[in-house]
Amino acid sequence: MLEVTTNHYIWLSIILFSIGALGVLLRRNAIIIFMSIEMMLNAANLLFVTFSRQAGDLDGQVLVFFVITVAAAEVAVGLALIVTIFRTKRSINIDEINLMKG
Amino acid sequence: MSNPIFWLFALVAVGAAIGMVTTPNAIHSALFLVLNFAAIAALYVLLNAPFIAVVQITVYAGAIMVLFLFVIMLLGAEKLRGVSGGGTWQRGLAVILAAVLIVAFAITFLSGDVLPSASSGTIDTSPTALGLHLFEGYILPFEITGVLLLAAMIGVVILNKSRGGEDA
Repeated sequence: MLEVTTNHYIWLSIILFSIGALGVLLRRNAIIIFMSIEMMLNAANLLFVTFSRQAGDLDGQVLVFFVITVAAAEVAVGLALIVTIFRTKRSINIDEINLMKG
Repeated sequence: MSNPIFWLFALVAVGAAIGMVTTPNAIHSALFLVLNFAAIAALYVLLNAPFIAVVQITVYAGAIMVLFLFVIMLLGAEKLRGVSGGGTWQRGLAVILAAVLIVAFAITFLSGDVLPSASSGTIDTSPTALGLHLFEGYILPFEITGVLLLAAMIGVVILNKSRGGEDA
């Protein structure tokens, strides 16, 4: 089998990030779009840890720690927003969320 | 390097990611995402980051995904079907844009000059070392994180408060 190098982890991170971006573009369910964003954050975290190992430096891992914290806060607020939107619109299909459309 | 383990978990991660984006049921999406997070946690262990791996399992696969599943079940959102409402041209465009994104990333990251130079030897990545590093160099960001979490908590409470006795 091939020797696993840093480049393999970079490719994995790129692929996961792109699948997440594809999910944001394709899906119409706001919660699934949110989950795709989480996956993109995770791909970025994987890259941080990979570079941290490559550079022999702990800074990357500390940054992942902060990204996870911010992601947790973001999920809490985002899901609260989705629940609030659902209460008024009775839907979380983003095609129907167009109150601001002129 | 442990090759078969990397390939196993990389394949599981990519497969779960594709499953998450394509499955019509939101509950299945959430469970695929848990699988994806678990596979990435295993890769963190391979990358000599055991503390981050455990945090990934407890915070992401545990707390955050429980929140997702709770909201999906609360809203009954798993019934919302349909991948794209905007016709097939939107879907095709999305796939093309994702391919362009992959190419752009590949050119950026694999050109060689963004990679940090390889270090010799392994560093101490135990929770103790990570904690010392965090509190020696990042004490202000750490405190600001606390304020951020408090602000998020207050925001959520305000957003979901029922107004004037009106039944939520």
